[in-house]
Amino acid sequence: MKAFFLKWNRAVKWSRKNLFSGPLSTLITVLLMVFLFKTFFPLFNWAIAEAHWNTTAMECREGGGACWSFIGEKARYILFGHYPRSEQWRAVFFILSIFLLFFLGQFRRLWSKYLIWACAVFPFVGTLLMRGGFPGLELVKMEDWGGLPLTLLLAFVGIVVSYPLGILLALGRRSSMPVINALSVCYIELIRGVPLISILFMGSVMFPLLLPEGVTISKVLRAQAAMILFSSAYMAEVVRGGLQAIPRGQYEAAKAIGLGYGQTMGLVVLPQALKIVIPPTVNTFIGLFKDTSLVFIISLSDLLFTTKASFKDAEWLGFSVEGYFFAAFIYFVFCYFMGRVSFRIETEMSR
Amino acid sequence: MNQRKKTETVVEIKGLHKWYGDFHVLRGIDLAVKLSEIIVICGPSGSGKSSLIRCINGLEHHDKGVITVRGVELSSDVKNIEKIRADVGMVFQQFNLFPHLSVLENLTLGPIWVKKIPKAKAEACALENLKRVQIEEQAYKYPGQLSGGQQQRVAIARSLCMNPSILLFDEPTSALDPEMIKEVLEVMVDLAKDGITMVVVTHEMNFAKSVANWVLFMDEGEIIERNTPEQFFNSPQHERTKLFLSQIL
Repeated sequence: MKAFFLKWNRAVKWSRKNLFSGPLSTLITVLLMVFLFKTFFPLFNWAIAEAHWNTTAMECREGGGACWSFIGEKARYILFGHYPRSEQWRAVFFILSIFLLFFLGQFRRLWSKYLIWACAVFPFVGTLLMRGGFPGLELVKMEDWGGLPLTLLLAFVGIVVSYPLGILLALGRRSSMPVINALSVCYIELIRGVPLISILFMGSVMFPLLLPEGVTISKVLRAQAAMILFSSAYMAEVVRGGLQAIPRGQYEAAKAIGLGYGQTMGLVVLPQALKIVIPPTVNTFIGLFKDTSLVFIISLSDLLFTTKASFKDAEWLGFSVEGYFFAAFIYFVFCYFMGRVSFRIETEMSR
Repeated sequence: MNQRKKTETVVEIKGLHKWYGDFHVLRGIDLAVKLSEIIVICGPSGSGKSSLIRCINGLEHHDKGVITVRGVELSSDVKNIEKIRADVGMVFQQFNLFPHLSVLENLTLGPIWVKKIPKAKAEACALENLKRVQIEEQAYKYPGQLSGGQQQRVAIARSLCMNPSILLFDEPTSALDPEMIKEVLEVMVDLAKDGITMVVVTHEMNFAKSVANWVLFMDEGEIIERNTPEQFFNSPQHERTKLFLSQIL
């Protein structure tokens, strides 16, 4: 009892000092509390207390709360689009493997060449697995892919390819060779000066016109190429920031022991520069991940597209808020994991 | 070491000129460094001392004149420059250790990647050289965990690991606290006694007095005076040398 009073006293003291120290602070505290009560409780009621979990659409409409039954009904379509039902284990496997990589990436003990190789190779292996078309795995055309695997594929292949490309572009931009320098600068400035949507359009509408007759390239690949072109330009500028932070003495010391250009960069400069720019690098990656949602404009059925498409079922009309919540949640989970892994890497490397 | 070898020329510089834009920083330098010689270069700041030794391993390119290292002429060809750099060690004012590598990795980087020496052998050699600079207990630390004096000794060991024909020192003690200067100079004196060829840009006149074979005084891009330490400090020939010595001693 005494302990409780002590605690209570401390709480009162704390709130007097921090929440009610004067008329203005009291006013702000009260206003914020009113705001919280007005927003939190209705949200809680809607999302949990009055929500419907496993009901029909009719029951949902009669009640007031969120209709999570809609998600239960549509999750399969939102997550996998028109990917054949019997083959969906491949998509599930693909998604789970990405989670596994995220998970393993947290442990310093496991950091090794092998894990980096796994991360670099995985998106391509994943693509092969999803596509199939060789003995034992039925072919699933890229046009039939949809939902989360498509989003993940565009994002992770994009990341894995644009990272080294960005590094090369950054080195090119700092190169003293005029041709390489000019090409890199032109590329970076051109791509950065244009919205992603327009590059996607160019890839999907104009690019096929340039191809010889009879040659077609899958729309997914064209979108993928556009994403890579776009994010490698941003990546290049991020890496350049890191390169500029490396003092001249490092280059000179590397040269002085006889290292060539490639060795100087690969062994001395880049390991330091890339470490400095981990936060903006992950920033770019997360941006790329979310930008994949723009492929809907060239009618690829990524996660956001399938979410929207699921609203059109006549039986389940009117539950778009729930759908968007679900999509937002999935995007958030992946971005959160990316941020977390990067934070782990940063803290471990700065020791 | 036999007599014939003693007279072998390691570095020869003839008619060296260099400009930074309009600024004529080196105005006709002639210099020969023989095997096991210790040459100390001093002079006021901006006199071209650093530029001179940075030309020897091609960190700065020269505009006129000839530099030969062990009979190989320094050209603008990249492979040629890299070959000469592997044979010419350099110690910098700011140490310039690689902060992302451990001390041992700093030392083995060159031998493994440039000289293609197997890792185990390179590490054994690195530990040997760390012992030489009296710092073998720090092999597995990172440069950031060492004091300035320790870092500079690691930098010296890093140069030694390449087994160079000549070591260049660019004001090796200027960035150090006074109490650390001594430990670095002691190492350099030991190396001098071991017969390592060295060109040292420094203002540490006691070092020059005790081990240098020749002391060079540079001013405005020219070598004004070249003398033995006794002559240089006791009876300098030129007015500018006298003035300089009166200012720093």
